[in-house]
Amino acid sequence: MSVWIAIALTAAGCYLAKLVGLLVPAHTLERPSVQRLAALLPVALLASLTAQQTFGDGHALVLDARAAGVAAAGLALVLRAPFLVVVGVAVAVTAGVRALGG
Amino acid sequence: MAEQTAPAPPGTPPGAPPGDGPGPTAAAAPPHGPAHRPGPAEAAAPGSDAAVVRDALGVGVAVGLSGFAFGVTSAGAGLSVLQTCALSLLVFTGASQFALVGALAAGGNPLTAAAGAFFLGVRNAFYGLRLSQLLALPRSVTPLAAHWVIDETTAVALAQRSRRGVRLGFTVTGLTLYVLWNLTTLLGALGAEALGDTGAWGLDAAGPAVFLALLAPMLRTATERAVAALAVLLGLGLLPVLPAGVPVLVAGLAAPAVLWLKGRALGSGRPPASGRADGATSATTPEEDR
Repeated sequence: MSVWIAIALTAAGCYLAKLVGLLVPAHTLERPSVQRLAALLPVALLASLTAQQTFGDGHALVLDARAAGVAAAGLALVLRAPFLVVVGVAVAVTAGVRALGG
Repeated sequence: MAEQTAPAPPGTPPGAPPGDGPGPTAAAAPPHGPAHRPGPAEAAAPGSDAAVVRDALGVGVAVGLSGFAFGVTSAGAGLSVLQTCALSLLVFTGASQFALVGALAAGGNPLTAAAGAFFLGVRNAFYGLRLSQLLALPRSVTPLAAHWVIDETTAVALAQRSRRGVRLGFTVTGLTLYVLWNLTTLLGALGAEALGDTGAWGLDAAGPAVFLALLAPMLRTATERAVAALAVLLGLGLLPVLPAGVPVLVAGLAAPAVLWLKGRALGSGRPPASGRADGATSATTPEEDR
């Protein structure tokens, strides 16, 4: 049940965020400080999520096959690989390292 | 739902102002210039309808397929097929969806999990702000179009030069993505059961890889990198001590923290041209900044 609550809250919140952007007069959110914060907020969230889902295991920090997979994804990004290839590389390398007992 | 596209009413003159630049991060953070700069909009538009549709389909297909990874991840996190599909149908913004199932899988309570997902979704409001001027939609279709205001539709729409191109790019990308993202979510959720242990297939690396791929283009200046580094430290450092889902929210404070530090650095006699947020270069001459 609590999962459904989380889904409902997320759906409502994310939809409202999208709708507000289309509806509010442009100048309301055009203040430079608000714009800068809005641009940096996803950077902070995505960076911490990447790190946590790479090294986190519950409340512990671990170094396992995921780190190799995400590092390979990083390399693919540096080489300007398309989105789908980046994700595919991460999955394949992680599976490969695990198969080798990593 | 999916077939209710927003047809562009005919008769709108072409020549809408060009965007400041393609790409979702450009949408969220317009460079320091004015939002609307008269540009060479009349220069023979290479964006024929066919070219716009081809771009839109390319983006839509590539990202839509990664819905498969979401479906597998979500099912692997313990959500039912119905819950997984509800997320893709109703939330329809990938990073928030991955964040939510990740937080729930880690044992976070629904409120913190939803809060993290919501904060990630806030950036779409700023995309909408840019798009509303370019799309100039009638009020009746705005509530429908809003659901498609995400990274990819914004990137394609802002890259177009005419209002017709913007509308076409937005609509084709949105429709392609919405249909494929939901289909592949369903397939992934069903496939996860057949796959059994998703970890053995390395699919638990799909989530962080998606985040990294979204993050990478945003790391353009020292400010973004400083925010990312601080957020990583906060996220990992607090993971062992705070309830699941909370460290990500605290890490979000890296954004205002770095802005504040940067404001202080600028306010203490450093020239306004310097864009550095890290203190490492403060000993160098100001001219070396940038």
